[in-house]
Amino acid sequence: MKFLEKMMQIDRRWIYLAIFLAVIIPAIIPFTVPMSVSPEVKKIYDFVEGLGPNDYLFVAMDYDPSSLAELNPMAEAILKHAFLNDRKVVIVTLSQFGPGMVEEITTRLAGEYNRIRGEDYVFLGYRPYPAITIMLMGTDFRVPFPQDYYGVPLDSLPMMRGIKNFNNVKGVIDLTAGNTADMWITYGNARYNFPLAIGITGVMAADYYQYLQSGQIFGIIPGVKGAAEYERLIDKPGQGMQQASYQVVAHSVIILFIILSNVAYFATRGQKSKLGGAR
Amino acid sequence: MTIDQILLQGAAVFLTLCIFSFLYKDNPFYKFAERLVAGIATGYWTMLLFHTNFVPVVWNRLAHDHRFIYLIPTFLGLLMWTRFSKNWSWISRYSIAFYIGISSGISIPLALYAGLFRQLEATIRFPVTLDAAGLYSFLIIVGVLAALVYFFFSAAHKGAMGGLSRLGIYVIMIGFGAGFGLTVMGRIALLVQRIIFIRGYITSLLGIGG
Repeated sequence: MKFLEKMMQIDRRWIYLAIFLAVIIPAIIPFTVPMSVSPEVKKIYDFVEGLGPNDYLFVAMDYDPSSLAELNPMAEAILKHAFLNDRKVVIVTLSQFGPGMVEEITTRLAGEYNRIRGEDYVFLGYRPYPAITIMLMGTDFRVPFPQDYYGVPLDSLPMMRGIKNFNNVKGVIDLTAGNTADMWITYGNARYNFPLAIGITGVMAADYYQYLQSGQIFGIIPGVKGAAEYERLIDKPGQGMQQASYQVVAHSVIILFIILSNVAYFATRGQKSKLGGAR
Repeated sequence: MTIDQILLQGAAVFLTLCIFSFLYKDNPFYKFAERLVAGIATGYWTMLLFHTNFVPVVWNRLAHDHRFIYLIPTFLGLLMWTRFSKNWSWISRYSIAFYIGISSGISIPLALYAGLFRQLEATIRFPVTLDAAGLYSFLIIVGVLAALVYFFFSAAHKGAMGGLSRLGIYVIMIGFGAGFGLTVMGRIALLVQRIIFIRGYITSLLGIGG
C-alpha cells in the first residue's frame, strides 16, 4: 500500500525521466513496427496517385518549426509522391515562420528528384492573413503573389502559364498546425468548392474528423502516425516510420503510468475516506 | 562533418538542451534560449513582412506600377499608427471598422455554411437502416443529441433527461480520450524529433555512423 501511496504523490520529474529513458531505447536499439494504413490517409494517396500528367496539386505548408516534428514527415512524403509521379506542384505557406523551412524542404527534394523550379514546382512564398490570402488566391494567384518566393514574376514561370486560380488545380492539401485548416475549409472549400485534404498535428486531429464525415475534406493525415502511413504507401520510409518505434515505447510507458495511477487512486481512495480526506 | 556543421548543429543541440532543462526547473539557460527564440522570431518576421509583403504588395504597386488605388489601404494602415497617441488614437477606429465590417460580411455567411449547416446536414444525412452504415448513423445522431442534452440546463437532469445526459458525458469523454491520445502522440513526436537530431549529431561527431 505504501508503494501505491507514494505513486499518488510521485514528483512529475520522475515521469519525465522515465519517458526520456524510454525514448532513448529505440535510439540505441533500433527496431521497426508494422504500420496499417487508415482509409482517410489512403484517400489522399489515391488522389495524388490519380493525378494526370498535366494536373496541378496545390500544397499549403502552413506550419512553423515548432511543429515540424509532425508535419515535415507528411510534407516530405506528399512532395516525394508528387515528384516521383512527375506531377506539378504549387506550394504556399501561410505561416509567418514557414518560408525558410518550406524553401529548404522543396529545394532539397527537388534536387533529389531532379525537379526544376518554375517548371515542375513553384513556391509562392508567404502572405499574412490566411483567410484573405485564400480568398485572393481564389480570384487569381497573382493578386496576393505577383512574384514567387524568389522574386520571379509568376507570368514568367513556365509552370504558371495558363493557371489562374483554384479552378485550375485538381485539389488542395493543407498541412497545418493551427487554425488555417478552418480557414481552408471555410474560405477555400466552402467558397470555391475545390477538393480539400488536410494533414494536421495530433493535438488537432480529433477536432477535424467531423469534416471528413461531412465531406468537406476528402482525407486527413493525423499527426506522425498518418505521416508514417503515407510513407508506407509510397514505400519511402522517412522520419514518420523512424518515429513509429519511439512512439510505441513512449506510449507503452504512458499507458503503464495511467494504469498504475488508476490502481493507486482506487486502492487508496477508501483509506483516505476513512481518514476524512478525499472521497 | 565540417567545422560549420559542427558549430551550427552544436548550437542547435545546446539550445535544445537549454529548453529541456526547464523540465527539471526554471534556470538561466532556459531563460537565455527562450529569449533568444523570441528575439530572433520577432526580427525574422519583421524583415520577412517588409521584403515579401510591403515591397511587392505596397511599394512596387505604388512606385513602379502606379496603381494608386493602393493608396487607400496604405492610408488606412497608416491610421493604425495613431494608436500610439492618446489624443489621436480614435482615428484608428476607422481602419478597424473598415476591416471588421468587411471581415464580418465575408465570414458570417461562410462560417455558418461551413461550420453549422454542413455539419447539421452531415449529422442526419444518412438514413438509419439495419446494417453497419445505419448503426453508424444512429450512433452519430444519438451521440450528438446526448452531448447536447448534457449542456441543456433549462430542464432538470432526471429520468430520461438524466439518462441521456449521462450518456452525453460518456460521448464527451470518448472525444476527450481520443484527443488526449493524439495529443500525447504529438508531444512525444516533438521529443522524439529532438532525440533523433541529437543522436544524429553525436554519431556524426564521433564518426560512428547510424
